[in-house]
Amino acid sequence: MDTLAISNLHVVVNEKPILKGVNLSIRRGETHALMGPNGSGKSTLGLAIMGHPQYEITAGTIQLNGQNLLEMSPDERARAGLFMAFQRPVAIPGVRMADFLRHASTNVRRPERKEGEDLIPMREFRKELRERMEQLRMDPEFARRYVNDGFSGGEMKRAEILQLAMLQPKFAILDETDSGLDADAVRLASQSIAEIGGKSMGLLIITHHDKLLEHNPPDFTHVMLGGRIVETGTFELAIELHQQGYDRIRAANPDADADNQAMTVKTEQVGA
Amino acid sequence: MATDITEKNTAAIGEINKYDFRTESTAVFKARRGLDAEIVQQISEMKGEPAWMRDFRLRSLAIFESKPMPKWGGDIGVDFQDIFYYLKPTDHQGRTWDDVPAEIKETFDKLGIPEAEKKFLAGVKAQFESEVVYGSLQEELGNKGVIFTDTDTALREHTDLLREYFGTIIPPEDNKFAALNSAVWSGGSFIYVPKGVKIEFPLQAYFRINAESMGQFERTLIIVDEGAHVHSVEGCTAPMYSTESLHSAVVEIVVKRGARCRYTTIQNWANNIYNLVTKRAMAYRDATMEWIDGNLGSRLTMKYPAVYMMEPGARGEILSIAFSSAGQHQDAGAKLVHCAPHTTGQIISKSISKNGGRSSYRGLVKVEKGATDARCNVVCDALILDPRSRSDTYPYIEVAEQDVTIGHEASVSRIGEEQMFYLTSRGLTESEASTMIVNGFIEPLVKELPMEYAVEMNRLIQLQMEGSVG
Repeated sequence: MDTLAISNLHVVVNEKPILKGVNLSIRRGETHALMGPNGSGKSTLGLAIMGHPQYEITAGTIQLNGQNLLEMSPDERARAGLFMAFQRPVAIPGVRMADFLRHASTNVRRPERKEGEDLIPMREFRKELRERMEQLRMDPEFARRYVNDGFSGGEMKRAEILQLAMLQPKFAILDETDSGLDADAVRLASQSIAEIGGKSMGLLIITHHDKLLEHNPPDFTHVMLGGRIVETGTFELAIELHQQGYDRIRAANPDADADNQAMTVKTEQVGA
Repeated sequence: MATDITEKNTAAIGEINKYDFRTESTAVFKARRGLDAEIVQQISEMKGEPAWMRDFRLRSLAIFESKPMPKWGGDIGVDFQDIFYYLKPTDHQGRTWDDVPAEIKETFDKLGIPEAEKKFLAGVKAQFESEVVYGSLQEELGNKGVIFTDTDTALREHTDLLREYFGTIIPPEDNKFAALNSAVWSGGSFIYVPKGVKIEFPLQAYFRINAESMGQFERTLIIVDEGAHVHSVEGCTAPMYSTESLHSAVVEIVVKRGARCRYTTIQNWANNIYNLVTKRAMAYRDATMEWIDGNLGSRLTMKYPAVYMMEPGARGEILSIAFSSAGQHQDAGAKLVHCAPHTTGQIISKSISKNGGRSSYRGLVKVEKGATDARCNVVCDALILDPRSRSDTYPYIEVAEQDVTIGHEASVSRIGEEQMFYLTSRGLTESEASTMIVNGFIEPLVKELPMEYAVEMNRLIQLQMEGSVG
């Protein structure tokens, strides 16, 4: 059974400690929801797992089937079977979705491929991409557009799901794939993740709501506060948090809450 | 006569990569190194030229000698006395592919020219060393009265037509290197498109330098008569040599009333080449001239394709891409001169610098007195791949009229960490990711190229980018 194991993870960003000892273990086939107030460190956890260069690991380990991910570059992590759907994916002007996806799919499916070696044959790739886009009810014209360039919020999220579908990772982190979408779009996204085989992956779904979870009911729900996972429960916990907010959690974890508030204030000062 | 007959260039055949190889070359005539009136006279004699051309060459030589080296642009470290100014590979020009010598075919094979021809070449004009050795032209063009030949042949067979325009768009007095070319020119293309004839496919010419210390001074003249259309494409991939080498071409184009001309160049020079080229077009009433210019490699490139808009309604467009890497300086740009009212121009320039390379955009927009309602837009974007590389912009604008519209936008960017992270997190290596970002950056220009060239351009960029991150 493929396992992604995070142990005592401490992460510093721009000299600010964000994660303060995160423990989390995900097995392939499981769905985990990760919730928590703004600034609690949810996205940081995802970016640290994926290997963003600005996220410095000061303590702890991340392992995929016992292999140390911290020694691997982001592309090696992707080839090992990790994927992250970003909250705000960047635009790559002039690069067509289809070309980008063909390159990415080839590398991820043939992890030992060397630069310059052949890509998936064009005809075969186009057929597969067309089928995936049909399944996701996307306009085929989308494949010809430049990556995330001039995309609406909804289009960006659909493009991330399309990439998830094409790359079929062992583990996927979905960072607020529902944010900025209207209710119908969230339902479609939720359904799409299930349709493309989300259940065969290990999913870490970062969300504030329960709608995205509708078609992907979590086996576990984790609550993050002040850079730690302070509570773990079932789907019911996700529903409770969506309906009632984090007051109970904050009250039960005053230290983590104080940290969270300090982190949020700092973030705002930096932003202002 | 101080000439070496049948000098053999014993350069080893060694393919370092597809764009860097040499083929043994058996030259039958090679002038001695250096430049003086005797050499110029010899060149003219060898070619059996009329007296007026010989006199034009000698006059140009005097102008070349009297002009100082330009004090702007790049550092031109050329020893003019250490260069061969003329080399003739075979006695006769190949009429058919079978007549072309095997070693020259081998060079073309490595460039993929026969395949390219099969696909959509109308006529191949390939300059091997100093002369065009092979030229094929579709009968169809001949029947329409189109002339597409090398400039030496044109001088013999279309003397009056050539003489009417030769050196009128770019006179030898224009600049030191135009004077040099005028003195020692050899080869190049001559195209005449008669009134109303629209050529639907691009006419192509490949140029290569393939002899050590060999200067290449091709001379191109294109006349697009009233209402005619033509697209001429030239491609260049040069082998690498250890000593300095000079390429100094002149391209003159006349676009008459209501005519259209597009001239596309993709040049990939070896790191030791000084590429100093003068390109200018004159566009008359309602005529359109477009330069598409891709410059890779070379030690120094100085090239500023120009359009002079001579009569109302004329339009000039210049799209350029420059890519400079270690030890390379691209000083490239464009020049638009509005000489008449209601003329419109556009310059789009993209440059990429990496591994300590330097790219400069140098552009001039000039509106002459009386050119009211002139409109011009300039966009230049630079992409710098690492902190050691450099990009400069030198935009010059001279306006002698009130009622004109001129826009200028410039941007300099670096490859963003977020873009790199995004692409690498999808399984692309850092070097694949940066190549993809660079190809995306030049995509707006590459999509204007004929397909074969677009593919080649992307492949060249990939070669330039390989191993650039690490």
